[in-house]
Amino acid sequence: MTFYFVEDYWMYYLEGFKWTILLAFFAVIISIAWGITLALFRLSSIKVLSWFAVAYINFIRGTPLLVQIYLIYYGLSLNLPDYLAAVLALSVHSGAYIAEVVRAGIQAVDKGQMEAARSLGMTHGNAMRRIVVPQAIKNILPALCNEFIIIIKNTSLMSVIGISELMYNVDTIRGNTYLAFEPLIVGAIIYFITTYVLKHLIGILERRLKASD
Amino acid sequence: MIKVNGLKKSFGKLDVLKGIDIEIKKGEVVVVIGPSGSGKSTFLRCLNLLEEPSAGEVIFEGASLTDKKTNINKHREKIGMVFQLFYLFNNLTVLDNVTIAPRDVKKLSKEQATEIGMKLLKRVGLEEKANVFPSKLSGGQKQRVAIARALAMGPDVMLFDEPTSALDPEMVGEVLEVMRELAREGMTMVIVTHEMGFAREVGDRVIFMDEGIVLEENKPSELFGNPQHPRTKDFLSKVL
Repeated sequence: MTFYFVEDYWMYYLEGFKWTILLAFFAVIISIAWGITLALFRLSSIKVLSWFAVAYINFIRGTPLLVQIYLIYYGLSLNLPDYLAAVLALSVHSGAYIAEVVRAGIQAVDKGQMEAARSLGMTHGNAMRRIVVPQAIKNILPALCNEFIIIIKNTSLMSVIGISELMYNVDTIRGNTYLAFEPLIVGAIIYFITTYVLKHLIGILERRLKASD
Repeated sequence: MIKVNGLKKSFGKLDVLKGIDIEIKKGEVVVVIGPSGSGKSTFLRCLNLLEEPSAGEVIFEGASLTDKKTNINKHREKIGMVFQLFYLFNNLTVLDNVTIAPRDVKKLSKEQATEIGMKLLKRVGLEEKANVFPSKLSGGQKQRVAIARALAMGPDVMLFDEPTSALDPEMVGEVLEVMRELAREGMTMVIVTHEMGFAREVGDRVIFMDEGIVLEENKPSELFGNPQHPRTKDFLSKVL
């Protein structure tokens, strides 16, 4: 095995890593917002909303991400810039998983919290937003952390629609150097370090939040 | 102030309340006693519609709360409630627990709400705990904060749902003291409790409930001293 190619190609890795992080960052933000929205739809007493959320979540969880990427990129032909389509696909996908995590978290919050808020005259929506959801988020942080790590790993699939993220650039390096294996190892190490660091950062955040326990 | 007509509540096939008629006047302290499962908590929770009655009506300050067109949130501002298990908001500090409703519902500024909040915390003897989280408080302290939280909205009536039942015996006193003080100031109160001594002391009227109906109601001295219904006698002989 030889790793001399890194000397010539490290810029490719860096550039790819930058896009991986950018895609994941925006996808995480949008999919959390979308996931919470879907979870609230799912728990809503308005039948149309909960029905929509159930159907959506079932569809997303029952089809491969790769198919969803193609559906959004080619199927919808939204005329979006490629990277926006990529963020959209990731968010559409992860939103469904986050919705289920958030729903479980909301249902785990003691019903008395909602009752106490309502007894003070707060609306259902405000009680959710200010009392129930913040507690739910804290409870589900470990599960959310897992979802973020999955999003980072899922960005690698965006190479199929030509986004020059990390995996795409690894392929380019493999083609240029005629090395089938070694560029992948470097790529894998970069993915691993990223998710490992993220996992620990969230661990720190979690301990901080425990201050209120 | 509160008028209850033919109030019924069923959970599925189980009839918990089988027709309650009660009127509660301004400044009155009404204590509800009775065995477990008699429907006293359900009755209390129907007064602010935390439980939706199956039949009958609840009229509060002239407005029918059971009318679908009534904006219940508006009236709940005026009906404070204290729960057996406190239900302080775990994600907020003690002060924020007290100020969140005035800020969120009454749209008070942070400064106004904090002023009210600190005054109330001082009144229940917990101003030094303003910035800690509920998990750091004892049960008695939690319940006193919960009372301050309800008072922050400036309610016209306070509902207490077994406020001391979840407390260690030595913490019951501090909570009852706050309630006694409230009663002295003329607050209208409806109290579900097992504290018979307290009921006798602060109650203007005691209501004995069993199996979803009001069996007997009277002044505390009469109801405790000379109960009429055999079921009341039986109950009192067991708890006194």
